Amino acid sequence: MQLPSVYSRAFCNGAVVLALAAGASACAPSAKSNASQGLLAGDAATRVYVAPGSYDEFYSFLSGGFSGQLTVYGLPSGRLIKMIPVFSQFPENGYGYSTETKAMLNTTFGFVPWDDSHHTELSQTDGVPDGRWLFLNANNTPRVARIDLKRFETTEILQLPNAAGGHASPFITPDSKYIVSATRFSVPIPQADVPIETYKQNFKGTLSFISASVPGKLDIAFQIMMPGYDYDLGHAGKGPSDGWFFFTTYNSEQANTKLEVNASQADKDYIAAVNYKRAEECIAAGKSKKFGGTYVHNYVDPGSQVAKSETKTGVTMLYPADCEGLVYYLPTPKSPHGVDIDPSGEYIVAGGKLATVIPVHSFSKMQKAIADKQFEKSIDGIPVLKYEAVIAGEVQKPGLGPLHTEFDGRGNAYTSMFISSEIVKWKLGTWEVLDRMPVYYAVGHLMIPGGDTRKPWGKYLVALNKITKDRYLPVGPEMSRSAQLIDISGDKMKMLLDFPTTGEPHYANAVPASLLQANAIKFDKLAENQNPYATKSEAEGGIARTGKRVDVKLIAIRSHFAPDNLEGIEVGDTVYFHVTNIEQDWNIGHGFAVFGATTSGVILPPGATRTLTWIPQSVGIYPFYCTDFCSALHQEMQGYARVSAPGSHVPLSANISKAAKTQSGRLPETPPAPQKP
Amino acid sequence: MSRAARWLTAIASIALLGLFLVPIWRIELAAPQYPEGLGMRIGISSIRGVKPNDLDNINGLNHYIGMKHISPSTIPELRIIPWVVGGLIVFGLVAAVTASRKALYVWLGSFALAGAVGFADFWRWEFDYGHNIDYAHAIIKIPGMNYQPPLIGVKQLLNFTAVSWPDVGGWIALVAFLLGAVAVVIAWRSPAPVRAL
Repeated sequence: MQLPSVYSRAFCNGAVVLALAAGASACAPSAKSNASQGLLAGDAATRVYVAPGSYDEFYSFLSGGFSGQLTVYGLPSGRLIKMIPVFSQFPENGYGYSTETKAMLNTTFGFVPWDDSHHTELSQTDGVPDGRWLFLNANNTPRVARIDLKRFETTEILQLPNAAGGHASPFITPDSKYIVSATRFSVPIPQADVPIETYKQNFKGTLSFISASVPGKLDIAFQIMMPGYDYDLGHAGKGPSDGWFFFTTYNSEQANTKLEVNASQADKDYIAAVNYKRAEECIAAGKSKKFGGTYVHNYVDPGSQVAKSETKTGVTMLYPADCEGLVYYLPTPKSPHGVDIDPSGEYIVAGGKLATVIPVHSFSKMQKAIADKQFEKSIDGIPVLKYEAVIAGEVQKPGLGPLHTEFDGRGNAYTSMFISSEIVKWKLGTWEVLDRMPVYYAVGHLMIPGGDTRKPWGKYLVALNKITKDRYLPVGPEMSRSAQLIDISGDKMKMLLDFPTTGEPHYANAVPASLLQANAIKFDKLAENQNPYATKSEAEGGIARTGKRVDVKLIAIRSHFAPDNLEGIEVGDTVYFHVTNIEQDWNIGHGFAVFGATTSGVILPPGATRTLTWIPQSVGIYPFYCTDFCSALHQEMQGYARVSAPGSHVPLSANISKAAKTQSGRLPETPPAPQKP
Repeated sequence: MSRAARWLTAIASIALLGLFLVPIWRIELAAPQYPEGLGMRIGISSIRGVKPNDLDNINGLNHYIGMKHISPSTIPELRIIPWVVGGLIVFGLVAAVTASRKALYVWLGSFALAGAVGFADFWRWEFDYGHNIDYAHAIIKIPGMNYQPPLIGVKQLLNFTAVSWPDVGGWIALVAFLLGAVAVVIAWRSPAPVRAL
């Protein structure tokens, strides 16, 4: 007879005492083996097959591009595991609609319900992902967000002052002390009403360094005022180059119209190498200036779990001319896009979008060139180093349109080629091309788990393609983006899988599942819920009026709301439904929606309180119900709100069971009467 | 009473102290929706969930079938059994120190009796929970169905497989009883003059 697993668990417990021989092997947890191992290497299907009930090997986090969100995919299966709302309202669960989450989207421009999220970045310790947080940037209204990787939820958003287009963001230092954001679009700083053609005189860029090491405390550490170019991407140095940050720039021509032509004239633009340790010294030495700028910081209050906003004013501004040794420009061919530092920290790889080579700078040569003052010229106090003095090598004939480079930790680099639509593998040091893999179509970023850190897990590569066309069944003119998974464990790359993505993922990060899996929270403890309107038992529910405001506190538990009959609400009132899911069991969720509400419903994870705001428009009876199929009697989980005419004086009432006791957790509706069997 | 018999009795009595620390019995419930498991641990003075909220969640599920709320504060035995176990420990130690064979026999007999009564009482509670159903408020009603968990072993209760099995304390009690039984056999076979331990 096959014993149920629970039986063997109970049995195993006894075995501890009796030391039964059956103990050791029978009591081991069932192995979640990866079905891909030990099978034919040539069979791509077996390499990406994760059997039902088994887990993926890697968590990957893909930015959402114009969705403003973040998605979590399992690798190698390419299965979408979660969509995490960050910069955009998310009616699916009420993020950005409920009272508890609405403040996350506040800015100095007011409530901004959408953004364009480009780059993910995992927190690091000693240059290696540590699994604490993930950061995401917003490009349109420049912001950065912290996503907690125990909750897989956005816990904090910081707006960037004195900036437009937060593109080179949110790249991180190896100790997670700073994340950065740089202006993709130069503008007058501070903002001013000037003719656009006065670009060269009036437009500036800024590089922002943001304190990131304390959760809930993202803030502008300092900004650097830079010439008015477009600052595109960035990466921190590591190992020997720790303490430096590198940013690509384009439009050093300072064009303000038809940039596709006018910003593509110069042979070379620049990589800005910023010595941020030097910045700290200059600030300590009083070489910075107080600068204006108003910005909003939104954070989830750790006690109440309710999002709050604070407005801040003023930043510490550094000018390169006032702080010698702060910034150097490295000439780099043709409008460079990506700037990627190899795991050793020596090589600085640029992706010159229009270049016919991949230029690789040497950090040690750069140090020597600075010491020897190998300067070509100086721009606004920023020395421009001589190209020949800093270049380590060029990858010849790599393909067309090099954008981004990641590393496998075995001395190889992989560069995405947008125009020739391929991934090119080449060798660090010899600069020879080793392999090519066509991708479908027009790859933007590429990602190797840990591929921008000191220790890549060089097994897979994900190509994040911009054009999809015929890769899936046709679905009309608007279609999803497509990613492709490539095996890079051998000498030759092997294509394994296509999978559609949401929004437009730009950058992505991935880490082995083991780094995060054990830390994920299953549900929140009701006893620790400090929402001011939390209802922890059926008896605590109720309805209260303050002028035209009506607060309804109710609980959700399988399979009812309490209270569930509400009267005394009048047209002209604003009703706040504060719903608490008092379940304390894994994945037992509820939802709440009310007929005619002009907002989204809310999803209620166990132990959480969410508030839905409803302004009834006309008299009548309005049902509300559970929107998350919670139990066998989910369809019965409903209630009614009666709305009366203004001044009709229907007594305010909510039915509360007298039998309900003040105790958290489930209670029987009626105490059972003792019976004899 | 031989030195061996006295030592065994003393060890068995002291081992019973473990019952104050670890549960004696566990009831586990397995269903497809509970890959993480769901269960109760029954101690001599407490009933707890295997995980912190399991008892509440079991009660939550039981409301569908109209089963009584399992509330440890309403079970008087949980206040009585610790005294019974304490008495067995003291009695056993007295038998070991005094080397009284008669005391040893009475001790083991009491131990056996306590165990038998305990099992009978456990069965009675299980019967009560399984049969004493509030049909007026039950949401799921299945004619002829009772929900009595097994005294020991495995039983299917609707979608749940219920397993009832000794927990660590139960095994300690069993080992203690077996040690006591060996002591009785030794004492019976080779009556020896009283010696100091």
